[in-house]
Order: sequence, then structure tokens, then C-alpha cells
Amino acid sequence: MSNVKRLAMQGITKEYPGCKANDQVFLDIEHGEIHALLGENGAGKSTLMKMLYGVVKPDAGSIIWNGSPVSIDQPAIARGLGIGMVFQHFSLFETLTVTENIALVLGDQAGHLKTLAHRIKATSERYGMPLDPERRISSLSTGERQRVEIVRCLLLDLQLLILDEPTSVLTPQEVQDLFKTLKKLTKEGCSVLFISHKLHEVTELCDSATILRAGKVTGHCIPKNETSESIARMMVGDDIAISNECKRALGGDVFASIEGLSTQSIGQFDIALKNINLQVKQGEIVGIAGIAGNGQEELLKALSGEEIHRNSQAIKFAGQFVDQLSPLKRRRLGLAFVPEDRLGRGAVPDLDLCDNALLTSFDSGLVQNGFLKKSKIVQLADKIIKQYKVKTPGNHTSAASLSGGNLQKFIVGREIDQEPKFLLMSHPTWGVDIGAQVAIHEAILQLRDRGCAILIISEDLDELYKISDRLGAICDGSVSDFLVPEVLPLVKLGQWMAGDFGPSTEPKTATTAATKTVEIGATSHD
Amino acid sequence: MIKLTPRAQASAKWGYLSPVLAVFLTLIAATVLFWGLGKDPQLALYTFFISPIENWYGITELLVVAIPILLCAYGLALCYRASIWNIGAEGQLLLGAVVATTMALQFVDSNSFWAMPLVLLAGMAGGMLCSGISAFLNLRLNCNETLVTIMMNYIALNTLLWAVYGPLKDPSGYNFPESALFGDSTLLPILFEGTRLHFGLLLVILALVIVWVFMSKTFLGFQIKVLGLDKPAARMAGFKEKKLAAMVFLVSGALAGLAGAVIVTGSTGQLIPAISPGYGYSAIIVAFLGRLHPVGITLAGLLIALIFMGGEMSQMVLQLPRAITGILQGLILFFLLSCDVMIRYRIVFTVKLPGFTAAAKH
Repeated sequence: MSNVKRLAMQGITKEYPGCKANDQVFLDIEHGEIHALLGENGAGKSTLMKMLYGVVKPDAGSIIWNGSPVSIDQPAIARGLGIGMVFQHFSLFETLTVTENIALVLGDQAGHLKTLAHRIKATSERYGMPLDPERRISSLSTGERQRVEIVRCLLLDLQLLILDEPTSVLTPQEVQDLFKTLKKLTKEGCSVLFISHKLHEVTELCDSATILRAGKVTGHCIPKNETSESIARMMVGDDIAISNECKRALGGDVFASIEGLSTQSIGQFDIALKNINLQVKQGEIVGIAGIAGNGQEELLKALSGEEIHRNSQAIKFAGQFVDQLSPLKRRRLGLAFVPEDRLGRGAVPDLDLCDNALLTSFDSGLVQNGFLKKSKIVQLADKIIKQYKVKTPGNHTSAASLSGGNLQKFIVGREIDQEPKFLLMSHPTWGVDIGAQVAIHEAILQLRDRGCAILIISEDLDELYKISDRLGAICDGSVSDFLVPEVLPLVKLGQWMAGDFGPSTEPKTATTAATKTVEIGATSHD
Repeated sequence: MIKLTPRAQASAKWGYLSPVLAVFLTLIAATVLFWGLGKDPQLALYTFFISPIENWYGITELLVVAIPILLCAYGLALCYRASIWNIGAEGQLLLGAVVATTMALQFVDSNSFWAMPLVLLAGMAGGMLCSGISAFLNLRLNCNETLVTIMMNYIALNTLLWAVYGPLKDPSGYNFPESALFGDSTLLPILFEGTRLHFGLLLVILALVIVWVFMSKTFLGFQIKVLGLDKPAARMAGFKEKKLAAMVFLVSGALAGLAGAVIVTGSTGQLIPAISPGYGYSAIIVAFLGRLHPVGITLAGLLIALIFMGGEMSQMVLQLPRAITGILQGLILFFLLSCDVMIRYRIVFTVKLPGFTAAAKH
């Protein structure tokens, strides 16, 4: 038994029209190990996982499970074998309780709801991630929702747990809790397949790793013996710079200033902004960390002008109140905006790259007397494609057919090319591969050095620590103080993200605040 | 087993093929229909689709019918590109005709050169009034534009009936529900001697060129396209959604109103209750059949005009009911929407392997 592998995927090949997502992929997972699957976006990780979980059928190759070949045509079969998967986006019903949600997925295996609730409570406590089975999903934090998904897998006779970028939605403290749970799981013989972009997590947690590039396996390694840089090198190949040193900047005059911005929540899931005070100076990058759904979207819309709050006098660009100005007028005052959703907001999916270049660059000499200057538009699209190394068959390709990272490079390039005075960015490198990340960060920093005020809202703490000149957090519609990253310990930022803003300057109070969160955490676990 | 699988990218080829296939399927369905009604299908198809345009006069008549349909359809295409589902071209046409008639009746005895342009402008104003009300209800009060424009159709129709039975009725017209005959200065000139083809054809060509240039060459046209495809992107880019929407409402109203003015000044020469056999509704089919592109719309408009004429012809020659026109137009739209599935999906024939089902249980 000991030399039989938990899972062996052999020669897996899957072809989609126009791209080979997986090409002769071999993947072995041992009993009780945490195995990392690494690769840039579009390297084929998701496709491989979908085939393992029975969502997609491979064109060729075989899957050997505990020594015998299996054919996994449906997720139900995968679950029957003891394979559980937690997707990046949770599939939970907000209005149902934890028990009801889990019962829905388990079907017949759920049994009576009362016994199920009991099992949920027992299992979740055993693995150190307490859950109250009677609570509704809508009242749970993102971290707790993830627990629901994991516990759902654990209730089955779990032998392999697949986690797709599980830490991207968690605070640093929650990440540590998750890691403890995973280590406990593997001690009992369960294997874990861990997909992540964050290499330091992989080196910290995983026993072995398989690296994919462009659909092919390019290497195996023991992460503990490697550094983040050496793994990154395997992921991106040899020809791309993977790190860039960032110099901090102090900034000049204040360009954008927000004083006492408060809003009312309209919809049920909207967050009201509460007395936000924030200044962004010319030639400075301000970063805002936070878990999704804590008012980031509302703050962005208030700044971009997509939501206009009548009777409000809180936002100034270059000393001028802009609260009542339309998005267009704000753009003409120097605003540029990279929204979180690329397709459907940052770019129109069905239009080609030329039209998408025109979308926000219309003031850059592309329109004369109301008529489009086609040749200039094509020139601009080509320039962005070339300058930001956007991988595309041509400038007449539709935005929808570009990979996420490439489209993001295009959108960022388009906004930066307008030489804005104030650049507003939401998750600038979310789901973007390392090569593109470096290129985007480079471009942002250069723009800063040319005197642009930049505000970045992101969930990626590595990114924020790397490029922010001042960094703070948003929680439940309020923002914390903003500090230079060097004097802002990760633990403290984590507390801010959890809403514990406390006094900011004295390190003494910082430690007491840390113990306070632990206590709060402990009491909520009852 | 036949399965529909999504395409990676919408097929441009099927965008063009779909309307052609739809027309072909409609012909087949028509054949079956005629056969079922006990008519010789060959004769019926000939009567319906060939005999109306066998000679020069027939072709000019086809154009006369197509003129109001096309004017309405160009305007609707603008709305539909902006994803504004304006069903109100019929009402806008009727109200345009009423207002144009009111203006024309002021010039019965006049020879002024300005009479004709004023009447046409009055027609456009009437159409804009009708679509403007819809726009206000939709954009200011958030009423559904489809419902509002449909209801405006009934209001416009009853306004027309009220007018011809009331204030606009010819005092010396033996109490017929008709307006007085227009004076010469407010009748559109005939283009070819011996036909009824009037100056409206040139207005159609003008509208075709303007709408085409507007859609493909101007920034406003681009903004409308973005608004229709992706509202959040339009908002992000800072486009003025409501102003753009109001604009397409008003332009389409103006074009439909112009169609109404052209009917009374070009074809009937007076206002009568039956100035439109549903041109404004047919224009909806024309806009979609023509893929919302001015050139495609022009071709589709000629086809629908032919069905109008074929319907009349088959009533006379084959004693088929009048409903046949509506049935064929409906069939075209039905087949078009069905064939449009091919733009985003492709058909895959799969063979079921024995033993496969057992493994896939649950």
C-alpha cells in the first residue's frame, strides 16, 4: 500500500479550440502530502483540476486512483472516490443555513438535518475551524464561508482535498488557521492539492510541487529546498524579469483629498461608507488593503463618479470639489480608472481591442468633430499592445478572447497612456501571471515618478507591500490610518483588515491589540 | 444524440448565414402552408413572391411600400443597438402622420416652397413627441420601455381615429372619416411618370447614408454601441447614458414620424384611418433580419415589402385570407431567432457508447 500513490495522472491531454490547455501532463500525489500545483495564469492548472473533479473530460491520458484506473465523468463520481474540491468562488446560498447548504450538496448522504448539524459541529471542531451549523451564510465572513466548503468535503470520506487559490480571500491570521487545519488533515493521511500564486505560502506549507507552463509540466521540486525566486523562475521561464526593486516616494502636493465621506447603503448588500478621510499626493501610491465586500466597491464608485451622492461635499481633485461631477468631467480633470472587473466594465467583451482602446481614450485626439479617426485608434491599440506586451493575434481580436492577464495589461496600458493625474486602480494584478505583474507594477511606478497620484485597492498584500508608499486598510466602510509599509507590520495590517483600527503609532498598544484579536477570535469560536 | 455546444467566439459567418437560412426555411414553411390550404404551392409561391415584381410598375410599387418600413427600421436599429427595445415605431408613424396632416391642411391653397419641408418636419416632430413621451417614462420614471412604447401605439392609433372622425375630418367630405385632400404644394413629387414612386425614396437613401455614417464613423455611434453591449463599461468610461438613450429614442421617433408624413404626402394625399397596415411593427422584423446594419436592413425591408404585396396579390388571385401576410412575417422572425442560435453555438452529433451510461449514473 505504501508504494501505491494516492493519485497518478498520466499523459493527460486536453485541447480547446485554438489552444492546448494540457499537453501530456503527469501529476503524482502521495498519501498524506500537501502537493502544490504552480503555474502562471493560462498554464492549464484549472483545466487539470476540472478533469480531476469530473467537470471536464480529458482527450487523452489516464487517471490512476489508489492504484486502479478510474474514469471520472461527473463531480459526483469524484466525490464518491473521496475527492473534494473548494473552488475559488464559493457556491453557497446566502439565505440558507450552513447545515442546509451542506445538505444540498450531499444529497442522500446528508441524512437527517439534526444529525447532520451534529456531524458538522463535531467535524469542524476536530479540525480547528469551528462553525455554527445554524447560522445563515449571509452572516458569515469570507473565511467562515470557506470553512463551510472545506467541512462539506470533510464530511465525506475524504482522501484528496483540492483547494484553488484558497488564501486569496483570507486575512493573514485566517491563512495561518487554514494552514493548521491542512496540516492536521495530512497527518490523518488525507492528501491536499494546493493551487496558489503566492510562492512564500507554497514554500511554507507544501511538501512537493509540480510546475506547469503553457500546458506542460516544466518541473518538480521540494518547495522547502527552494526560494520563491527559484520557483518563480521555473514558472515563467528564463527570459522574464521576476522582481523589481521599488523605491518609496514621498509625494508632492495633495491631488485627491477625501474628507468625511459618508454614504447610505441602498441595496441589501451595499456597504455604507463611514467618515472616510484619505489623501493621495502627486507622485505617491496609496494602497488600501481589505477583504472583498468591505466598501471597496462603494469607495471606488464614489471616486470614479459612477455613483454620485447628491448634497455631498467631500471629494476634491486638485482643490476642486468633484462630488457632483459626472465620470466624464472627472476624467477631464485627470482621472483614469482601472476597475476590478476587466470584462464587462474595464473592457467590452464583444468589441475588438481598437474599439476598447477608444473606450476611455477618446480625449486623446482619437475623435475629431464627432468623427472617429480610425487610423489613430489603430495606432493607439498597436502601441498599447506593443508597449505592454499584450499577447494577442492582432488588434482586431475581441477583448473576450484574451486571457485575463493580457486583457489587464491592455486596460492598464490604456489608462496609463492617457497620462492621468490621478489613477484609481482596483486589484491591478488580480489573477495576472508573474511576468505581467512585474510589467504592470513597473508601469505604475514609472507613472508615479512622473507625478501621478495613484490609489490602489487590492486584496493582494504582497503587492500592496511592494508598491505602496503609504498603506492602510478598509473594513466595513471605514478606513484605517495610512503608514509607510516598512513601519506597518503584517499582523497590524491584518488587524486593520479585521476592523480593529486602534491607535497606530505606539508599538506597545499594537501588541495589546494583537492579544485582543486572539481573544475575540477565541470567544467567537464557542 | 444532438448537442449544442457553445462556440469560443461568436461566429461572424453565421451572423450573415442565419437570415438567409431563415428566409429559405420560411419559403419551405410557406409551401407546406399553401399546400395545407388546398392551393397549388407552385402557383401560390409564384403569386406571392414573383408576380408582384414581374414588371417595372411592380418594382416601383414595391419601393413605395418599402419606403415607410425602411424609415422606421433605420431608427429602430439605432435603438436596438443601444439595447433599448422600442416597439413603438407604429405609434410614432401614426402620430407623425396626424401632425403632418394638421400642418398640410394649413397649406391647401398655398404655393409656398416651404410648405413641403414644414409638413415633413411636422411629421418628424409628431414622431418625436410620441417617442419623447416614451423616453421620459422610461428614463425618468424607470418604466419598462417595451411596455411603454407598445401602449403609446394604442394611444397614437386612437388619436389618429379621433382626428379623422373629429377635428381633421373634411367638412365637405360627405362625413367620411377622411381629411381634406392635400394641396399640390404639400404632395411629394413623383419620380417617374406613370408610377406612384415618390420623392420619399430619396429621403430613404439619405436616411440610409446618414444612419450608416452615424453608426460606423461617429463617436456618438460608438457610444451607442458600447451602451447596448455593456452598460457598466459605458458608465466606467463616463458616457452619458440617459442622454444617449434619449437621443436614440428621439431620432427613431423622428424617422418613424417622417415615415408617417411621407405616407400621407406621398401615397394617400390625405389622412385616412388605414394609412399603415402595421409598417411600424414589420420594421421590427426588418431591423433584426437586417442584422441592425443599414444595408442589411435595406435588403430585409424590400423582402418584407414584397410579402406585403404578395399577401394582397394572393388575396385577389388565390382568395387566401389577409392573415397570410402576418403569418409569413411571423414565420421569418421565428426562423431567424431560431437560426441565430448558430451564432453562439454549434451542433455536435454525439454517439452514445454502450457501458458509458452505467458509469455516468447519478
